[in-house]
Amino acid sequence: MTELTGVAAAGPLPKGRQWFRLDNRFLPPLLITSILLTAHLSFGILEGWERTGLAIVTALVTEAALGRITCGKWPYAASAYITGISVGILLRSQYFWPYVLCAFISIVSKYVLRFRGRHLWNPSNLGVSLVLLLAPDTVSLLSVQWGNVVAPMVVIWLLGSVIVWRVGRFYLSATYVASFLLFSFVRAAESGTPWVAAVAPITGPMYQLFIFFMVTDPKVTVRPMWAQCFVVFLVAFVELIFRLNEVVYAPFYALCLVGPSALLVEMWLDARRAKIQVAV
Amino acid sequence: MVSPRRQPLAQIVWAILFVAAVAAIPVLNRQTAVSAGPGDSSARFGFRLQDVARDAGVDFVHQAPTFDPQLNHIMPQVASTGASVAVADFDRDGWQDFYLTNSAENSHNRLYRNTGDGRFTDVAAQLGVAEVNRSGTGVSMGAVWGDYDNDGYEDLLVYKYGRPLLFHNDGGKAFVEVSERAGLPAWVNANSATWLDFDRDGRLDLFIAGYWPDGVNLWRLETTRIMPESFEYANNGGRKYLLRNAGGGAFQDVTSAMGITSRRWTLAVAAADLRGTGYPDLFFANDYGVSELYANEGGARFVDVADATGVGRTPKSGMNASFGDVFNDGRLSIYKANISEPGVLVQGNDLWVPKTAGGSEYDNLAPSLGIDLGGWSWGAQFGDLNNDGTLDLYLVNGYVSAGERSSYWYDFSVIAVGHSSIIGDARNWPDMRGRSFSGYQRKRVWVNDGLGRFTDVAQSVGARDAFDGRAVAFADLGNRGVLDVIVANQGGPALVYRNTVAPGRHWIDLELEGTRSNRSAIGARVEVTWGGRTQRQDVLAASGFSAQNQRRLHVGLGASASVERVSITWPSGRTQVIERPAVDHLHRITEPHD
Repeated sequence: MTELTGVAAAGPLPKGRQWFRLDNRFLPPLLITSILLTAHLSFGILEGWERTGLAIVTALVTEAALGRITCGKWPYAASAYITGISVGILLRSQYFWPYVLCAFISIVSKYVLRFRGRHLWNPSNLGVSLVLLLAPDTVSLLSVQWGNVVAPMVVIWLLGSVIVWRVGRFYLSATYVASFLLFSFVRAAESGTPWVAAVAPITGPMYQLFIFFMVTDPKVTVRPMWAQCFVVFLVAFVELIFRLNEVVYAPFYALCLVGPSALLVEMWLDARRAKIQVAV
Repeated sequence: MVSPRRQPLAQIVWAILFVAAVAAIPVLNRQTAVSAGPGDSSARFGFRLQDVARDAGVDFVHQAPTFDPQLNHIMPQVASTGASVAVADFDRDGWQDFYLTNSAENSHNRLYRNTGDGRFTDVAAQLGVAEVNRSGTGVSMGAVWGDYDNDGYEDLLVYKYGRPLLFHNDGGKAFVEVSERAGLPAWVNANSATWLDFDRDGRLDLFIAGYWPDGVNLWRLETTRIMPESFEYANNGGRKYLLRNAGGGAFQDVTSAMGITSRRWTLAVAAADLRGTGYPDLFFANDYGVSELYANEGGARFVDVADATGVGRTPKSGMNASFGDVFNDGRLSIYKANISEPGVLVQGNDLWVPKTAGGSEYDNLAPSLGIDLGGWSWGAQFGDLNNDGTLDLYLVNGYVSAGERSSYWYDFSVIAVGHSSIIGDARNWPDMRGRSFSGYQRKRVWVNDGLGRFTDVAQSVGARDAFDGRAVAFADLGNRGVLDVIVANQGGPALVYRNTVAPGRHWIDLELEGTRSNRSAIGARVEVTWGGRTQRQDVLAASGFSAQNQRRLHVGLGASASVERVSITWPSGRTQVIERPAVDHLHRITEPHD
C-alpha cells in the first residue's frame, strides 16, 4: 500500500484532466490522511495517535536511511508515508512493537526482497501479512465499520474512486470489486450463509484501503492492462479459496501470494522472449 | 552514500536486519502473556484453589434461555448471558450466603444459605425468591443486594430480560416482592444493575442498565432488525434507569433529569467515587462501543466524561466493570474486559489507571501489567487471593462452547464488519450450526507481584475449569480470613473454589454499617495503612459482570503482623480513623452518630 504515487509522477497531467491542478503525487497521501483524520476524529478508530505516529515515523526514517545508504539519495517520502499510515490504520494492537516492526519490515522489504531489480511485494501488504501470521495473540486487523451511517462510506468510496481514476488505476479497483461480488455468490452458495453476509466485508473500511491502496500498486503489478486485470481477478479468486477455508484475513494473504507470483511469471516470460529474440 | 564496493555489504546488513525483525515478531508475541508453569502452587504463589461445590451441597447447573424461533440460527449467542452470582449475609448470621440466577423460562433461582459448617442449603423456594422466571415475565440475568430501607437486612433486586423484581427482606426469614409498590419499570432487557447513593441522602438508589431496547420482547419478535447497528459504534441498545429512592419504599425515575441519556449496549455497570468528590460516579462497560464514565456532579447531575478522561475513546466489546487499587497508592483503577481471539480479533482488556488523584485522565496499563489477554473475557474481580498485600485479579471467560473442532469465528468476522443495514438484521447473521465461538477457554488468575507485573497462575493454583464463565465473586465463605471464589457458568455448573492460603500471612477484615449513611455502607471508602503502604477498598454493590462480592472488605497484609491505621470515609462524608486495629480479625464498625 505504497506506490500509487509512482504512476502520476511519471509524466505530466493529461490534457483535459488539468482541472484538477493538484500534483497527483499528493493525492494518495492526502486521501489516506483525510480518511484517517475523518475516521478517527469522528469515530475514534485508532488505539491512539501514538501508535499510528510511531508507524509513520518508523517508515519514514527507515526509508530515508535505506535510500540514503543504499541509493545515495533522499527518497521521495510519500511512499513511506503511505506505508506508515496504512500500517497505523490497519493494525490493531495494544502494544507498540507491532507498529514499529511492521513498518520497518514493510519498507526494508522493498530493498531486500528484490528480483532482477524489482521489489516483489506491496510493502505494507507483506508487512501486515507477516505480523498477522506471526503474532496472532497480540495483533489483529482493522475489521469494523467506521460508524454506522452510510454517508462516510459513500464519501470514501467516491473520493477513492475519483483519485484512483485520476492516477489511472480505477480499472483495477473496479475489477477487484466486480470479482469480489461475483465470488460472493459462490461463497454464499457454498457456505449456506446469506448473500448479504458474504458481501458484508466489502462494506468495511479495511476493504476500502485494500481496494484503493493495495491492489492498485503499480510497482508490484504486471505491465499490460489486461494482465493487471487478470492478476487482480486472481487475487479475488485466491481470496475466495482462503475464505472458503475460513481464513479471516483472506484478501491480504491472497495479494501476498498472487502479486509476487504474477511478477515472477512476467519476468520469466520477458527473459524467454529476450532469449528468443537474441536467437533470432 | 555507500560506495559501490560497499553496497553489497549494506544489502547484507539490511537483509540481516530484515530477518531479525521478522524473527522478533513471534518472540515478542509469546512474551506478552506471562503464565506460570506447573508446580506447588501454595509454595510458589501462596494459595491454591479447590472446587468444593458438590461437597458443599451446591449442585446448581445454569440453564440458558430460549427465545423466538427466528433467532434459532444464532440462539447460543443471543442467549449467552444470565448466569450470575450475588453474595450477601442475608440473614445476618455472620456467614456469607449467595444467590444464583437461572435463565430458562420457568426455571428456578437458588439462594444458598451458608450453614457455617462448610455446607450450603438452597432456601430460595422457602423464602420466596426461586420462582422468578415464570413464562411471560422474562428470565433472570442477574441480582444485586442492597438494604434500600435501612432496616439492617439486605434486600434483593433481580434484573432480567423482562420485568425487574425487587424483594424486601423481612428479617432474613422471608422475601416479599415489592416491585410494583417501588415503581420499577415494567420491562427492561437488562444485563446489569447496581445500588448507589448518588445524592448521599442516606438511602440507596437504584441503577438498571438496559442492553436490548426495552421494546424488544425476545420471545415474540415483531422484527428481526433487533441487532446492534454496528459492531463498535452501536447506539441502539437499551435505555438506562436511575431510580431515586424517595423513601417509603418508592423509587422515582430521574434518569433524564440527571443527564443520563445513554442508549448503548451496556453489559456491566459499577459505581464508586472515582474522582474524590465524595459522590459515586458510574462506569458503564458497553458492548459494541465505547465505555461511558458518568461523573457525578454533586448529586445534582451526571456528565459523561469518558472521552475527556480517555476511558471512552476506543470502541471495544466491554463486558466487565471492576475497581481495584492495584498499586496500593489509593487510586482506583477500572478493569474492563473485552474480546481477544488469537488470529482474529485482539481487542485486549483494559486497565484504566488514573494519572491523577482526581481521575481527570486515565492510561490503559493492561498491556504493561500483562493482564490484557484473557480470551473472550467476562467477569473479573480484584481481591487479595494469597494475602500478600496486593490485589490479584480473577477472570472468567469463554463465549459458546459447542463443537470442539469447529469455530464460528470466521462467519462472525464476516458479519461484524458489515454495514448497519446488514449487521442490524438477525436474519443476515450466519447460522452457528453447533459450532463453538471462543469456547473451552482457560481461565486467568493473575497474581500481582506488587512491582507492576501480574502472572497468570490459574492452571497452577487449581482454577482449571473450561466452562463458559460469566460471573465471579469473592467471599470468605468459612470466616477463615481468606477469599473463596464463586463462579457462575452459562449453561454450566456453579463452582465454589475453596481457597487455601499458605501460613504466615496476615489479614484484616472490615464490615461496615452506616447510620447517617445508607446502612449497607455502599460507597464507603476505606484505606488501610501498614508497613509503609496503603490500600484502598470501597464498599460496592455490583462489581464485575453480573456479580456482587461480599460487602465485607478483606485486606491481606503479607508478613506484617500489625496495621497502623484504618481510615474510613463514610458515604455521608463523615471520616473515621481507627488506630492500630488487631490483625487476623474481623472488625464490625458502625458509623459514629456524632
